[in-house]
Amino acid sequence: MIKNFIKNAGWPRIIIGLFLLALFITAPFVGVNVFTSFNNTIVRFGMNGVMVLAMIPMVQAGCGLNFGLPLGIIAGLLGATLSIELNTEILAKLAELGIRYKISWLTREFLTAYREPAGFASAILIAIPIAAVLGWLYGKLLNRVKGDEMMIATYVGFSSVSFMCIAWLLLPYKHPTMVWGYAGRGLRTTISVEGYWLHILNDWLSLNFQDKIEIGGKILDVNLSIPTGMLIFFAVMAFIVWIFMRTKTGTAMTAVGSNPEFARASGVNVDKMRTISVMMSTILGAIGIIVYEQSFGFIQLYMGPFYMALPAVASILLGGASVNKATILNVVVGTFLFQGILTMTPTVFNSVFQTDMSEVIRLIVSNGMILYALTRKVRA
Amino acid sequence: MSANNNAPLLQLEHIGKEYYGNRVLSDISFSIEAGEILGLVGENGAGKSTLLNILFGMPVIASTGGYEGNLYLDGKPVHFTSPNQALSAGLGMVHQEFSLIPGFTATENILLNREVLNGSLMSYVFSDRVSTLDRDAMRHRAEAAINTLGVHISPDMTVSEMPVGYKQFIEIAREIDRKNTRLLFLDEPTAVLTEQEAEILLIALKKLSKQGIAIVFISHRLSEVKELCSRILVLRDGTLVTDVPAKTLTTREMASLVVGRESSKKEEAVEVEIPEQPVEEENINETLGTTTLSKKKKKKKPALKVEHLWVDMPGETVRDVSFEVQKGEIFGIGGLSGHGKLGIPNGIMGLYPAGGKVKLFGKKLTLNKPRAALSRKMAFVSEDRRGVGLLLDEPLDWNITFTAMQTQGRFLFGIPYIFQMRNELAMAKETKKFIESLSIKCTGPSQKAGELSGGNQQKVCLAKAFVLRPDILLICEPTRGIDIGAKALVLDTLKEYNRENGTTIIITSSELEELRSVCDRVAIVDDGEIVGILPASRPAEEFGMLMMGEKMRVALEYTE
Repeated sequence: MIKNFIKNAGWPRIIIGLFLLALFITAPFVGVNVFTSFNNTIVRFGMNGVMVLAMIPMVQAGCGLNFGLPLGIIAGLLGATLSIELNTEILAKLAELGIRYKISWLTREFLTAYREPAGFASAILIAIPIAAVLGWLYGKLLNRVKGDEMMIATYVGFSSVSFMCIAWLLLPYKHPTMVWGYAGRGLRTTISVEGYWLHILNDWLSLNFQDKIEIGGKILDVNLSIPTGMLIFFAVMAFIVWIFMRTKTGTAMTAVGSNPEFARASGVNVDKMRTISVMMSTILGAIGIIVYEQSFGFIQLYMGPFYMALPAVASILLGGASVNKATILNVVVGTFLFQGILTMTPTVFNSVFQTDMSEVIRLIVSNGMILYALTRKVRA
Repeated sequence: MSANNNAPLLQLEHIGKEYYGNRVLSDISFSIEAGEILGLVGENGAGKSTLLNILFGMPVIASTGGYEGNLYLDGKPVHFTSPNQALSAGLGMVHQEFSLIPGFTATENILLNREVLNGSLMSYVFSDRVSTLDRDAMRHRAEAAINTLGVHISPDMTVSEMPVGYKQFIEIAREIDRKNTRLLFLDEPTAVLTEQEAEILLIALKKLSKQGIAIVFISHRLSEVKELCSRILVLRDGTLVTDVPAKTLTTREMASLVVGRESSKKEEAVEVEIPEQPVEEENINETLGTTTLSKKKKKKKPALKVEHLWVDMPGETVRDVSFEVQKGEIFGIGGLSGHGKLGIPNGIMGLYPAGGKVKLFGKKLTLNKPRAALSRKMAFVSEDRRGVGLLLDEPLDWNITFTAMQTQGRFLFGIPYIFQMRNELAMAKETKKFIESLSIKCTGPSQKAGELSGGNQQKVCLAKAFVLRPDILLICEPTRGIDIGAKALVLDTLKEYNRENGTTIIITSSELEELRSVCDRVAIVDDGEIVGILPASRPAEEFGMLMMGEKMRVALEYTE
């Protein structure tokens, strides 16, 4: 029984899991509020979940881990900024359509009431086609470098970020909340989404508890706010990916990742499947960053997306995925463990040692996991 | 045995070898005298390489449980545990694949690790590793070695610039430069040489033997073996079938010994003398490719018609192949490995770049597109089971139903072209059916294909093809790497499938006996071309002659 569990879960997850558990247990003794920490872990899980999910299609199709996630993130950033830029215009256009086609519910009042969800939806809807086009190009590129996808993907991510550093300055954005105040043009490095779609998912159906409990003579504030909406959104995205991997195309994709020669001999267009997988990963990356931003509160441009791929890669590997096999369970377990460690280590270690070594631990954990997983790359 | 001066140079006593319970060599005994040239012939997989591995103490032998029997060198028992020991004992080996360094010159390659060194203070203080090379002396030694072979190759030429024939000579020169080499093994040295070069090599080898170096010559070219060697050993299925002076055998008899599994009576007869079989005039036509299918001849359009097919498959190039297969026929394609027999089915299925004309039931088939071939109700079982044939990391039901799902839209539910999900229940059901009917040993449809044994994996590959309900089934090496019991089952399954469904089956195999036992007709491929198509009932030696590239000679002997 126990042996089976260890075999199925794998030692790395058990060790990290126990470590995380140990952190939660020691936390109260060093004066850390466990409830707040736990709440933070859940929120971070929801924020990062979709971006980790973006790893699955490419891994399954044999394109390796999506180190080019920044490309998808850029599409998401374009969607987010454009949705703010065009917010009023889009709403006006929609209201106009409602009048022209006599859609009774699509009125100005309705749109004003649902301005924030509409803004969030438009960000995603704008981001998807951009991500699809970028993903298509990215897929074409990866088809030319079979076997070295991850190395090339890393540089696709890096160079696209650098390219966009120029583009963010030059693109003709006008919206006063987004452009630099002194020049009147060029986007700022961080843009607040407050008033647009801040916490749109976090607050939807959220569960809030507020209480004070006494533990060992100390009074502890319990301030929980579970972001149900964000978790539901993640669940829906995970379900869509799950369904997709069970379709005819998804099956072909998995076969391509498992043995491209077999797939080819079975009449599957290997390159097409790989391209579709890269497009899907890029689109999921775009949606992922928008979910992240609505919770985080800011759109981070310029070098913001630069290191976004590594935590996502580390999470899915931590969850037990290999370079060519990944499941939804890997995503859930991995994201929870990774974000748990990331939330708990800073607080607990800082309290224990009275120094800030959280960043060191973070780097060791995330990079160590990537290293571990890449050495596990075995092909039969 | 005590050491004495009359002892043979090398003696083998009851040498045998098993790989994981698979017997590959049994009871091999023979001896070689100094200066003797021995010809060793046998089909692919007859056990020649294993024998060489044992003699040279290759690690693969020790790591798989060692070997049986004894080796004696100069009458003293020896047991090599590494190739270096064999080399220092005076055994030399020229490999089938070149083991030369392309960027080095002929001299450097010949004297690699045996360089002539200049003494210096540095080498005195440290070791020989830091001494400089005496290039002139090296050049002279290399030249001498090359000259012994009777060819003119500049010792300063880099190997990468040489034609293949030259490389072969350099390999041999390296072995004879070694002063203590007394026994030289040559593994198909003439395979890459032109006729002229081969002749020079044969003369050079004779010269070497006069200097007292014994030679074991391995080749598929029987006429060369006969010309060069004084004694001929025939290896078949891991046993030594014949050990006779070369003069007593004709190439035809040799061929029959190499491939034949006719009857033990006949094999015994060979040792004495084979009565020349009466040859009929019509055989010539058959041998040269214009076979008439006496009983099964039909006026209908052939199921498969191949005209001037070429296939660019690495290592199995097909140059120009034309043949017809009738509906319901089992057609065999045989020949030595590397001559292109595997290229034919792989090319027809579109897995490798191909050209020419292929017609299925009178309609042209688009080449270079696996999907086109599959949608014309052809199914393919690859020779590369683990590389192409299976999804090793996926469960059996995926393996068996995947191709049918992708090309025929079966095992799915939903709306075609819009949203279709795989029907795992139907997949499992179909898989269970095949697990039962082919008696695949597994824990169930969800076991991973990589966990099965070779024979069971092959059955999964067959099931994958059967699921497609093909009109034409192309199978490559159906029994490669599986045990005897599974072999019989696989072949019987194929025969039964052909009988019950009238499916046209094309089998490509290196094992001639297998083809002859299953097929109606067998085509023999040599050097990318079909050299003959014979009914399976013809005697094995005729196939053997074709396989050994003796096409012209056969024709001559027939006409005489």
